Amino acid sequence: MNAPVQFQPSDTRTGVAERLVVIGNGMAGCRAVEEILARDPGRFAITIFGAEPRVNYNRIMLSPVLAGEKTFDDIVINTADWYAENEIALVSGDPVTVIDRQTQTVVTRSGRIEPYDRLLIATGSDPFIIPVPGHELAGVVTFRDLDDVDKMLAAADKGGNAVVIGGGLLGLEAAHGLSLRGMNVTVVHLMPTLMERQLDEAAGYLLKAALERRGQTIVTGGDTAEIQGKDDHVTGVRLKDGQEFAADIVVMAVGIRPATGLAKAAGLDVERGIIVDDHMVTSDPAIMAVGECVQHRGTCYGLVAPLWDMCRALADHATGSPSGYEGSVTSTKLKVSGIDLFSAGDFSGADGAEDIVMRDASRGVYKRVIVKDDRLVGAVLYGDTADGSWYFDLLKKGEDISGIREALIFGQAFAAGGALADPNAAVAALSDDAEICGCNGVSKGKVVETIHAGACSLDAVRSQCKASASCGSCTGLVESLLKLTLGDEVAAGPKTMCKCTTFTHSDVRRLIVEKDLKLIPQVMQELNWATPDGCASCRPALNYYLLCAWPGAYIDDQQSRFVNERLHANIQKDGTYSVVPRMWGGLTNPKELRAIADVVEKFNAPMVKVTGGQRLDIFGIKKEDLPAVWADLNAAGMVSGHAYGKSLRTVKTCVGSEWCRFGTQDSTGLGVKLERMTWGSWMPHKFKIAVSGCPRNCAEATIKDFGVVCVDSGYELHVGGNGGIKVRATDLLCKVETEVEAMDICAAFIQLYREQAWYLERTAPWIERVGLAHVQAALFDDPDAVARLAARFRHSQQFMQDDPWAKRVAGDEAELHQHLAEVRPLNLEMAQ
Amino acid sequence: MIGDWLDIGPVSQISPGNARTLPVQGGEEIAVFHTLDNQFYALVNKCPHRAGPLSQGIVHGSVVTCPLHNWNISLKTGEAQGDDKGCVPTIPLKVDAGRIYLLREAVLGKKAA
Repeated sequence: MNAPVQFQPSDTRTGVAERLVVIGNGMAGCRAVEEILARDPGRFAITIFGAEPRVNYNRIMLSPVLAGEKTFDDIVINTADWYAENEIALVSGDPVTVIDRQTQTVVTRSGRIEPYDRLLIATGSDPFIIPVPGHELAGVVTFRDLDDVDKMLAAADKGGNAVVIGGGLLGLEAAHGLSLRGMNVTVVHLMPTLMERQLDEAAGYLLKAALERRGQTIVTGGDTAEIQGKDDHVTGVRLKDGQEFAADIVVMAVGIRPATGLAKAAGLDVERGIIVDDHMVTSDPAIMAVGECVQHRGTCYGLVAPLWDMCRALADHATGSPSGYEGSVTSTKLKVSGIDLFSAGDFSGADGAEDIVMRDASRGVYKRVIVKDDRLVGAVLYGDTADGSWYFDLLKKGEDISGIREALIFGQAFAAGGALADPNAAVAALSDDAEICGCNGVSKGKVVETIHAGACSLDAVRSQCKASASCGSCTGLVESLLKLTLGDEVAAGPKTMCKCTTFTHSDVRRLIVEKDLKLIPQVMQELNWATPDGCASCRPALNYYLLCAWPGAYIDDQQSRFVNERLHANIQKDGTYSVVPRMWGGLTNPKELRAIADVVEKFNAPMVKVTGGQRLDIFGIKKEDLPAVWADLNAAGMVSGHAYGKSLRTVKTCVGSEWCRFGTQDSTGLGVKLERMTWGSWMPHKFKIAVSGCPRNCAEATIKDFGVVCVDSGYELHVGGNGGIKVRATDLLCKVETEVEAMDICAAFIQLYREQAWYLERTAPWIERVGLAHVQAALFDDPDAVARLAARFRHSQQFMQDDPWAKRVAGDEAELHQHLAEVRPLNLEMAQ
Repeated sequence: MIGDWLDIGPVSQISPGNARTLPVQGGEEIAVFHTLDNQFYALVNKCPHRAGPLSQGIVHGSVVTCPLHNWNISLKTGEAQGDDKGCVPTIPLKVDAGRIYLLREAVLGKKAA
């Protein structure tokens, strides 16, 4: 089918017919012609010019051709007979190069001149090529037409490695096809989420995981630096972060741009696409345009569905009964067999839009619908797309869904049945052997029996029969059963972590470890989070829990950090920051003091203050100056004091036996050693340590999270003190004889707190909650417990004791400190 | 028309979940947000409560939590959520061909958005 095809219709057309010339033999051009023929077959004498040397085929089915599921003949839309029967002249393989609006003619590459009364531009779009070095090498292809597919198939026959640049719809379909053809496929995607225009973070995560299970390598956040080659043929791809991937073929699928060159050269109004009105007429009344090359009401479309609507409006207009096109709502389905993915409408929503999220971890399902003013405005479905067309229909029709809102997320069957109008009634109707909890295989009868046996809260049910204790998706059912069985006597359970989940902090911590959860979106999916990406309260908590559970493996999520921890400084009421360098045990020296003095002068810091933690706080630093301030402090040997973190803050000391006439031990020296051991560790909340050299307790060790009071015979170790809103003196944990023991117990206590406390729970309320006896039992009942906990703490510390300031000075996360740009209105006015 | 919209650069300058700032000489600094579901918004970088820099807050859904006192501000409307009352001006924004554009007169404060 690749030979150029030319048809000249028999000359039976009457001279009175208007001459319609169509530029573009693709889906849009041919569909428009079909629509016109259906309305008024004799109206036009039609000539179609096509750039590709073949008849019209269904471009969106190229993916199945690549994947080997279809052949070219399967996807031909209009065969040679169609052109002949409808007396259409097809000129293929000889593209139009000029539109002459004065003489109303088009000129082709070979010099052929064709006059028109009406012209239709349907030039579609061109694949976008990123102009990185090497993009012109042989073996770099796009994924747009049958020639591209042929090149990919030829490469796949030889096997080897393929790199697909672009993890959008087209890129992933290309990757899937090449993978099925036996190539090792790597997908490099610039953004952190695959198909980010159609998917949110949660669905993108599920898709990535599914593709990886199929053996593809998916690199997100990958920015291509260079396509490498040898002897003019591609050999690999290098990313800006230095990663390299071998490649025998590189497919560029980073996007398309409307093909507007001809229209622009002819002087038609063109912005991103050729501007058309609601009847698909361009700025020249004799010229129409349709398909991916147009811009209608500010929007360019890259999908096939809008095309059908456009062609209908165009044909209505061209045949004298104008109707008008009002834009399209689009939906997307990924054509990768075995992966069910659907997205439609607007999932940013608009003012007052609301999300309804349902996750079913056991089936790998994520559903999110967006509702605004009682109407469905968007939907993202992963894993179960059966209701996609139903949602899409509701969306397009803009139907009022207030009557079925409660059941909307469960799909058409539920919503239509009305069973959920009263969820309790629906649960009451279930038989005793109906399964409530799929994860733990608990029946309704078993749950009710547990409730009758005395479990009168959700938490009690979870702990006694395990119903809803794993993924939590049946929490609503268990709550209904509690209500049905006990009426108003249901006891309120412990507070859940936040409104995004039905689980408590302890549940979440336990399940992260039990279910081996490694990423925030994964926790949200597996534990059925009610929001798409959490809130300002659960994101930092999850980030900490994962960091604590998987030291060295988990990559800190900056977007889940409170500003102070993201910028490594303390935000003040005017939006500037204060900077506190570490002074080990409260000790300093002339070099450090000079460096601090210099920074204060150089950056015009309006205030320096001695803190309660025995160090100096420099105020009034702008976020863009922070890296320069840190560079100067680093140069004098100082590192971050973490005065901003849920982390070890300071170790306050008195001068101890080295100077003080009452001192019993080297409290300063021990304080420095403790600070060297514990600095940089992230904790549920801030953590303060102090070491006093005698019971006079000048370092105020008995209101610290961990306090050491030195005595003649050794060291008293105190825990759980707090000098804040509610003053709490420490509890005496134990007494030891040596510094080494004191340090081991400090490490073990911190690790116990890190592993067991809830996020934002200081040691004081934690100990009040669990009891000192629990802490003592956890540390001392098993003689090896201290050593084990301390070893876990030291293991995690090896990944933490890396000065965050030095990394920023070296250019890490520079965009967090820099402005995007600056607007200077006067200069701008003059420039224009 | 060209000139109505101010091109402030490619979308890749702001990673999802982050915001960046745009000082305006003689006007209010603007915060440009990129949410985790890949939408872009621009607001005056000033919480209606105590003028905290909203650009430094945690972004979740289409809401930012002010870093000073945890007010939740809608990125779509600029309005405080929940029981808090207050509103910060929004700057009309569009993304076209991978670049971010802000409505010029709103940036310059000539038109209340």
